[in-house]
Amino acid sequence: MTFWDQVVAMATSPLMQRAMLAAVLVGAAAPVVGTFLVQRRMALMGDGIGHVALTGVALGWLVGSWAGLVPNGALAVPGAVVAAVVGSVVIELVRERGRTTGDLALALMFYGGIAGGVLLIKVAGGTNANLMAYLFGSISTVSPSDLVWTVALAAVVLVVGVGLRTALYAVSHDEEFARASGLPTRALAMVVAVLAAVTVTVAMRVVGLLLVSALMIVPVAVAQLYARSFGRTMATASGVGVTVSVVGLVLTYWNDIPPGATIVVLAIAVYAVSAALRPMVRRRAAASDPHPEMADDVLLADSDDECQVPVPAPHRHPNASVRADQVGRQ
Amino acid sequence: MSAATAPSGPDTAPVIEAVNLQVTLGGLAIVRGVDLEVPRGEVLAVLGANGSGKSTLIRSLLGAVPLSGGSVRLFGEPLGPGVPWLRVGYVPQRVPVASGMPSTALEVVRSGLLSGRSLRPPRDARTRALAALDEVGMAARAGQRVQEMSGGQQQRVQIARALVRRPDLLVLDEPTSGIDLPTQEAFVSTVRRMHESGGTVVVVLHELGEFGPLIQRSVVLRHGRVVHDGAPPVARVEHAGPAHDHAHAHGDPPSAASGLSVEVTP
Repeated sequence: MTFWDQVVAMATSPLMQRAMLAAVLVGAAAPVVGTFLVQRRMALMGDGIGHVALTGVALGWLVGSWAGLVPNGALAVPGAVVAAVVGSVVIELVRERGRTTGDLALALMFYGGIAGGVLLIKVAGGTNANLMAYLFGSISTVSPSDLVWTVALAAVVLVVGVGLRTALYAVSHDEEFARASGLPTRALAMVVAVLAAVTVTVAMRVVGLLLVSALMIVPVAVAQLYARSFGRTMATASGVGVTVSVVGLVLTYWNDIPPGATIVVLAIAVYAVSAALRPMVRRRAAASDPHPEMADDVLLADSDDECQVPVPAPHRHPNASVRADQVGRQ
Repeated sequence: MSAATAPSGPDTAPVIEAVNLQVTLGGLAIVRGVDLEVPRGEVLAVLGANGSGKSTLIRSLLGAVPLSGGSVRLFGEPLGPGVPWLRVGYVPQRVPVASGMPSTALEVVRSGLLSGRSLRPPRDARTRALAALDEVGMAARAGQRVQEMSGGQQQRVQIARALVRRPDLLVLDEPTSGIDLPTQEAFVSTVRRMHESGGTVVVVLHELGEFGPLIQRSVVLRHGRVVHDGAPPVARVEHAGPAHDHAHAHGDPPSAASGLSVEVTP
């Protein structure tokens, strides 16, 4: 069999076609949501939701076995969707109430989600092996009905995330200004949280709950290195997400390696190479603008050599300590 | 404030109408029973020492801080979705802390075209955002990351974000604290243009400074209450004279204990 024959065989395999479609959609949608999460400084939110979704999977399993459904796991995905949405809303509410306890709430979700999942799956008569497919993904077992769900949910995430991107950007960039513009900041924050929850459950089959967040965040980290604008960061991240998902999937066609882990390792490799190459690319760009003007913030007009005619201002509170502090943080 | 006699209605109502405004943050009463009415076309300065509640007052007027009592009407409409938010331009005191996510000046200004009624930017958003950046002398930097700009330049981007919607009410929170001269000029000329075109301006200040000639009325806050409402007060004698060398070797004065830096003339 020639190489070309193998490619044709792969492309015509219905299993591979389904897996490929799922990979493309998840690879495109996850970084869109990830961009907002990174901007809101909630890069780990996907992980928290993923852990909670595991309890949802086990709960779905438990309900399925009580109801006597033929495959016990029939309700696993709906269970995961419900648990993920509830978990994301709770995380968002905690963040809104008091910012300082946000990471503590996430930690509680992490541990509670995993422990609850392992405990409940045992109660439901399953084993930890049943959870493995959800924890680490099983894209090669995507069934036609799974695919319908994946396509529909990924389409929702893409349409809402891209359609409302300016509003979601505004809320994440400067929440106070957004509130003073009459934007429904709370509802929009919830939109981001629910989008993240939906993405987690969509990507669950592709990369697994434990690695979902990587597909949301790592492409954004890559894009952030080079992109100038928010819009371009999002588009680049989406492109990186699709590329690593498809390449990772193709690699697993020829090698017996787990697809989810392969995709994530690829994404991290892309990040490592991009970060290593960045100084060279940046240095060339720097020739045009050597000074990223940061100096004249703290000093006042009196010592500003750009301004030749300093207006005598007898009384000015520079708040110098505060401003210098801010510059330091940027 | 004198009793409101203006007939109600969206176009004759005062631009800002606050009655017995109360704000409690973290269990502390920051704003305690402020009544404030700002008629159309007025340039109002809100003065007071650090920690007197100036910023909290104006943020609560715009709904950025929840009220614990009293009521606010903007353009005759109670705070909420009914307010014509695109007529309100707000320039916050602080530039938001960078999240590491790149965004260009153009993107920041474009976000100023959104409101509760329009969650998507209009078609001509780019043109309008560029025009607003041009007004503050930042058009050449439209495509630059705001994270790479100086504090003053970021402030000017924030002015552009407020101006892009062509507001009838402009609210500036401490525009003079620690900024470079071009930015201060951008603030003053923005206020002047707003005033000349019949707009209303509320500006929070430590001292009148270069805004002095433009200010028509001042409200002085002390411990969250209005202690003066009327003509702009003069600064304390020891601060005012040209001989006064105002060197701040120290940092900000401790907020709660310090007195007013503005003398109220009886």
